[in-house]
Amino acid sequence: MTYKTYIAAAVIPLGLLACSAEDGATPTQLSYQDTLQTQLLDAKPGDVITIPAGVHPISRGLSLSVDGVTIRGEGMDKSILSFKGQVAGAEGLLVTANDFTIEDVAIEDAIGDGLKVNEGNNIIIRRVRTEWTNGPSTKNGAYGIYPVQTTNVLMEDNVAIGASDAGLYIGQSKNVIVRRNRAEFNVAGIEIENTIDADVYDNVATNNTGGILVFNMPNLSQEGSHTRVFKNEVYENNTKNFGHKGTPVASIPAGSGIVVNSNDYVEIFDNDIRDHRTANVIVSSVFSTNYSPDNANPEYDPYPEAIYIYDNRFSGGGNSPDGLDLKALKTAMYGMTGSFPDVLWDGFYNEDKSKDVAMRICVNNGDVGVINADGPGGYKAPSKDRSMHDCDLPKLSPVKLSLAE
Amino acid sequence: MWKPLLAALALTLLCACRGGTTSQPVFHADGNPATLSEWNVISVKGGELTLSGRVVPYDLNSALFSDHAHKLRTVWMPEGQMARYDDRETFAFPVGTIISKTFYYPRGQDGRVLKSEDQTVQKLNAGFDLNAFKLIETRLLVRREAGWVAFPYVWNEAQTEASLKRIGDIKPLTISGPDMAVTQFSYVVPNVNQCAGCHATNATTKKLLPIGPKARHLNRSYDYTSGPQNQLSAWQSLGLLGPISLTGETPKNADWRDDSFPIAQRARAYLDINCSHCHNPNGPADTSGLNLEPDVPMGPALGLCKLPIAAGTGTGGRQFDIVPGAPGKSIFTYRMASTDPAEMMPELSRSLQDEAGVSLIETWIAQMEGDCERG
Repeated sequence: MTYKTYIAAAVIPLGLLACSAEDGATPTQLSYQDTLQTQLLDAKPGDVITIPAGVHPISRGLSLSVDGVTIRGEGMDKSILSFKGQVAGAEGLLVTANDFTIEDVAIEDAIGDGLKVNEGNNIIIRRVRTEWTNGPSTKNGAYGIYPVQTTNVLMEDNVAIGASDAGLYIGQSKNVIVRRNRAEFNVAGIEIENTIDADVYDNVATNNTGGILVFNMPNLSQEGSHTRVFKNEVYENNTKNFGHKGTPVASIPAGSGIVVNSNDYVEIFDNDIRDHRTANVIVSSVFSTNYSPDNANPEYDPYPEAIYIYDNRFSGGGNSPDGLDLKALKTAMYGMTGSFPDVLWDGFYNEDKSKDVAMRICVNNGDVGVINADGPGGYKAPSKDRSMHDCDLPKLSPVKLSLAE
Repeated sequence: MWKPLLAALALTLLCACRGGTTSQPVFHADGNPATLSEWNVISVKGGELTLSGRVVPYDLNSALFSDHAHKLRTVWMPEGQMARYDDRETFAFPVGTIISKTFYYPRGQDGRVLKSEDQTVQKLNAGFDLNAFKLIETRLLVRREAGWVAFPYVWNEAQTEASLKRIGDIKPLTISGPDMAVTQFSYVVPNVNQCAGCHATNATTKKLLPIGPKARHLNRSYDYTSGPQNQLSAWQSLGLLGPISLTGETPKNADWRDDSFPIAQRARAYLDINCSHCHNPNGPADTSGLNLEPDVPMGPALGLCKLPIAAGTGTGGRQFDIVPGAPGKSIFTYRMASTDPAEMMPELSRSLQDEAGVSLIETWIAQMEGDCERG
């Protein structure tokens, strides 16, 4: 309830602002984007570019390539860059620079991605809101906040709403903290992809198709590993998948809490996870999507390994899985009124490697059950046997990030 | 023996355009000159566009599609300086080099611009009459001490001067042609950062580089006033290009419009000049894992049965970058055909579809054998 009230409070003043801006679309307001882009071009390291309060219509993608710049607004509900009329540019704001900080700004209705940071070290994204204001739609841009190939990244206290791929995404990066963010009504709430050393904690992910995703895709510059997902509130991520067919997230069943796909060394603990109609946790391989070995670089490892799930608080969910295969599987195994257990595993694994306990999917979470869906066998011989998962793994080290201290 | 010959050649090239002036370009080592004329690379005199002294026009085997705009490319280096030849990479140009690219259209009826594949750049010799052509913008790449710097200049309606627009511009244009209905579009002049969007071909160093002046793009004949000559040998004769041995081994891209080349060569030449400045192992699009450089073997890195990474809307509901034999199922052709900024490729440089280019890539994919079996 408190949460809903907050949303309503945030939305109403925005609506009023938007109207007044349109009514009074004076030439001065229209030229703000020129002023801002000029500031971005002329910035020197150490500069702070301020975004005043108000709704600022922007029709062309903005970009920054100067190191050491801070962009600072007056609040994510006050300083709003509105890209509703965007005619050019694949993202709202594109940053290709090191030592970059952005805070207290909103980026609304970008035609493509909201905020993209492509290559850079020491990136802080804080109290930024990216939102598609018409709600979830396949027509929305792909990513809300999108740092890729970055190192030392802090994403905190952001809000991401309505992305047709991931609300908060970090890809092909190293040493990352994602904390205290809120992701809602995206296909993927928070997605960690091909990233090494990420701590994801104190976030709220709800009403997405999938809450928090830890993925590895083939053919990229690095494979990810070592992600800790803890102390998050992940609940009711049951929104119908509105992603684009072909994208990795389009295969996420609606009602997925935390999903680990083909990633290694992932620790999921101390989270509150509840009421996901497919499953509260899914561990899977890209074999379950479109992947075949022909699609990938030969050294790519498609199996999720060294996954450790423990001490989470689960409730509800698993009662109405998305997709015919999973529906049939649930009914066959647990009956019309039954539910999947909290952990759904697609069953793809490397038999040789799994002889080593250290490479297994270990679940030490009270009486939480695991279903092996038998993806390799076409879902024909699913199993509730969880003996293979009765194990413990060494805990991963916390991410050390001086930007977060 | 050798020197007089060189001088004679140089002279004929210097007069590459009728009425060419003898005054030379001005290299500004710093600052942002507000008008194009301050560089004195090209100028308008008597309703004609002319090149200044020792400014050499050039052309590429295959060129980037830019909304059917025609392009006049020129290079100028300070006297006594030369670029260092490389078989694969952009030539290493000396400090002081000014490369220009002027985007223009043949004029059509009622203020429209005309879609025409006619290589009017080759008509410099016959005069560049501004009654027949509309100048849109001239982009300079200038080699300063610290590296290349980009300057976009936008021509005024009177076509007398071009002014620096570092934040770029949007020009509403209407285009039509014998095979094209009357179409309105937004011609987008890039801002300085967007120049880097293509010309910073290494996203880590972020250093700007010219893209066209590579051996494989320049290795072709150009109609100089003195007659046709291979551009690389002409540049060498003029003392503009360093040690090079022009043998049969010199790389040469296909002209993608020339159907006497095999389809794969044409397609790879097209993808090279339109895509590989970003889609290379160090480029801004290395995040996608897709590499469209001309020497990449057929496989997932080139898009074959490759899953998209962050294509978003750009997948068009298709599952793989290239499905052999099935252009209609390939993301490549979807993104090339799209004009939606959220999904189109390339991301910059166009608001219209390059129908002929899309058709080329469709034909290339259609003749591939195999399929994308699921695991």
